[in-house]
Amino acid sequence: MDDKNRVMMLGNEAIARGAYEAGVKVSAAYPGTPSTEISENIVKYKDELYCEWSPNEKVATEVAIGASMAGVRSLVSMKHVGVNVAADPLYTVSYTGISGGMVLVAADDPGMYSSQNEQDTRMVARAAQVPVIEPSDSQEAKDFIKFAYDLSEKYDTPVILRTTTRLSHSQGLVTLGDRLNIEDKPYERNIAKYVMMPGNAKLRHLVVEEREKRLIEDSCDFPINRVEMNDTSIGFITSGIPYTYVKEVLPNASVLKLGLVNPLPRKLIEDFASKVDTLYIFEELDPLIETQVRSWGIKAIGKEIFTIQGEYSANMLRKAVLHEDIKIKEAAAVPGRPPILCPGCPHRSAFTVLNKLKIHAAGDIGCYTLGAVPPLGVVDTTICMGSSISTLHGMEKAKGKDYIKNWVAVIGDSTFMHTGVNSLINMVYNQGTGTVMILDNSTTGMTGHQDHAATGKTLQGEEVPAVSIPKLCEAIGVRNVYEINVFDTEGLEKLIKQELARDEVSVIITKTPCVLLNRTPVTHTCQVDADACKKCGMCMKPGCPAVTKLDSGVTRIDTTMCNGCGLCKSQCKFGAIKDVPC
Amino acid sequence: MKTRNIMIVGVGGQGTLLTSRILGGIMLGAGFDVKMSEVHGMAQRGGSVVTYVRYGESVAEPIVEEGQADVLIAFEQLEAKRYAHFLKKDGVLIVNTQRIDPMPVVIGQAEYPEGIVESLKKEYRVIDVDAMSEALKLGNPRVFNVIVLGVAAKHMDFDKEQWFDVIEKTVKPKFVDLNKRAFETGYNL
Repeated sequence: MDDKNRVMMLGNEAIARGAYEAGVKVSAAYPGTPSTEISENIVKYKDELYCEWSPNEKVATEVAIGASMAGVRSLVSMKHVGVNVAADPLYTVSYTGISGGMVLVAADDPGMYSSQNEQDTRMVARAAQVPVIEPSDSQEAKDFIKFAYDLSEKYDTPVILRTTTRLSHSQGLVTLGDRLNIEDKPYERNIAKYVMMPGNAKLRHLVVEEREKRLIEDSCDFPINRVEMNDTSIGFITSGIPYTYVKEVLPNASVLKLGLVNPLPRKLIEDFASKVDTLYIFEELDPLIETQVRSWGIKAIGKEIFTIQGEYSANMLRKAVLHEDIKIKEAAAVPGRPPILCPGCPHRSAFTVLNKLKIHAAGDIGCYTLGAVPPLGVVDTTICMGSSISTLHGMEKAKGKDYIKNWVAVIGDSTFMHTGVNSLINMVYNQGTGTVMILDNSTTGMTGHQDHAATGKTLQGEEVPAVSIPKLCEAIGVRNVYEINVFDTEGLEKLIKQELARDEVSVIITKTPCVLLNRTPVTHTCQVDADACKKCGMCMKPGCPAVTKLDSGVTRIDTTMCNGCGLCKSQCKFGAIKDVPC
Repeated sequence: MKTRNIMIVGVGGQGTLLTSRILGGIMLGAGFDVKMSEVHGMAQRGGSVVTYVRYGESVAEPIVEEGQADVLIAFEQLEAKRYAHFLKKDGVLIVNTQRIDPMPVVIGQAEYPEGIVESLKKEYRVIDVDAMSEALKLGNPRVFNVIVLGVAAKHMDFDKEQWFDVIEKTVKPKFVDLNKRAFETGYNL
């Protein structure tokens, strides 16, 4: 093999490459760890395909459905909780089927490295009766997605490719191939297939059931379902990343490696189970394979020795299956190092003001979720994308408007465009009086700076008219809309007090870009004049990692971290913190 | 050959990803199968981060587990202590003596442990380096991570020219010379 065709690729990069090679012409997504890099890599092929950031996963899925109906291969990618947002179109596109092949990539997060729950996409797929393909490494990620498109077209179904954090964010060697030249399918009007009103849907449901039956039979011969017959005393049914742990620890065990994890190839499993003495089912998260296999009367060991939470590991097998006494030293008891807001982060300024005013915040999904933890401790709730405004509204409706006089909703600009805007419409429509703070940092921050409709730039890098968030709020009917620089702490404090007192919906947009966005050289840093410092510790209240206390009690600012945002300076009543040019 | 396991640990933003990319590059160049695993998303925001690099004839799992690391490269003392138990019995720990207080320490909820390097030396094979001071001598604190890599390189199976070759391919052209000097500094320490 030519070396130039073998490259290291992140799992997500390999998924993007596979979609490109499969001839995909349209890709849509909303960013979400661990799925974001799929779109960030697919944009490299923008000369040969179209790709976009959509405002949310539901819209992205519908874009992919439309592209498929128009006869081309389409891709939509999201994190696991995004599948919930996309569930509405997903459940029904399962009925309509597709024209051009359609693949939805769902990235699960066992161990919750960057998520609010640990749900298993395979369960959703089972309910929606959509086939799920699961690769084990970067090479398979690329190969399997190509297989997924063939499957999609052969069985007239959308296909889910399930990845996990560990696969998405691991790198491995991948052999590159050429892009397939897939002819567009001609458009044919077919309302019995594509207009899902009850009369049509009843018939399509039968088609779905029939498709599932065919898949259960045919998948016994799919090349992605592989039997590795070795020592028959131990057999494993496994898939995805857990397969690599089995190969690491028990290279001589017999393995049924499933590439298709929904629906299950029943005959293949029954045949494999009959040939091994002890059968283990090794699957991360929910016992999806295990419960089905057991329901067929097959004896198997699974969740009683492997966990239902978190990531699996090779050491788990060494302990639970081999009963090895792994001489591992105990982990040292050391202080934790949780993620924090960056030095200069605009959110820190907003939370410092809210903390001073002793205000509770209904929170949302983004970097600003970190406003829940000490020392700022302002955010009280975080459920899902867009939930801040609606949960605050629910509190008001439960207890009356005075109850939320010391509450605000905080939501980022990208999250507001995702689903928060619906909640604001509801608050105005149903005569709420909440105060909403849109922490507008001009980007999707947590996932690493992706554009959205209000930034004025697309995934493909085109400049476009940006949605004006203030005008949008006004159009919804909010009469009190303000924009303020978040580092104007005095002004912000006054404004929040003023708006909380008002018996009407208010939106305060703190328009200040993320400190990591379009980084410009730092012109000055803040430094403490040790003689003027009264050791009161006020400058440490915002919890900036650049500000630490020396043994003498005087504070010190780490100039390699500081970027001169001035928040600590605004807290010092003694003028002991000064701007020093770099 | 048996698969070799390397870990890089540090604080989000210290440049573990660049270091792992250089490591991966050198192993690929030598014809090994390589797998690497990284942390993205929320954990990068100043949190504790870990990168795994495994190389050999054929690598199965992408992570390094407790008790399996041949080389542990720690960019910060507390992180060295947090992950030291990942080392094999004869594994080597390279620790940059920089101290970065985590938030629980900054706000007085926890104490930063004293004498970390000394206590680690009692249990493990430890090489400590004050890479930040060395980096400042080179005029750029950001290259401390490549200095640490230079120290670690002496405990791996590749010669200096191979490392230079990979640095040239991995780092932006205008930073190649600086990073080579940083690597050399670490290598000669």
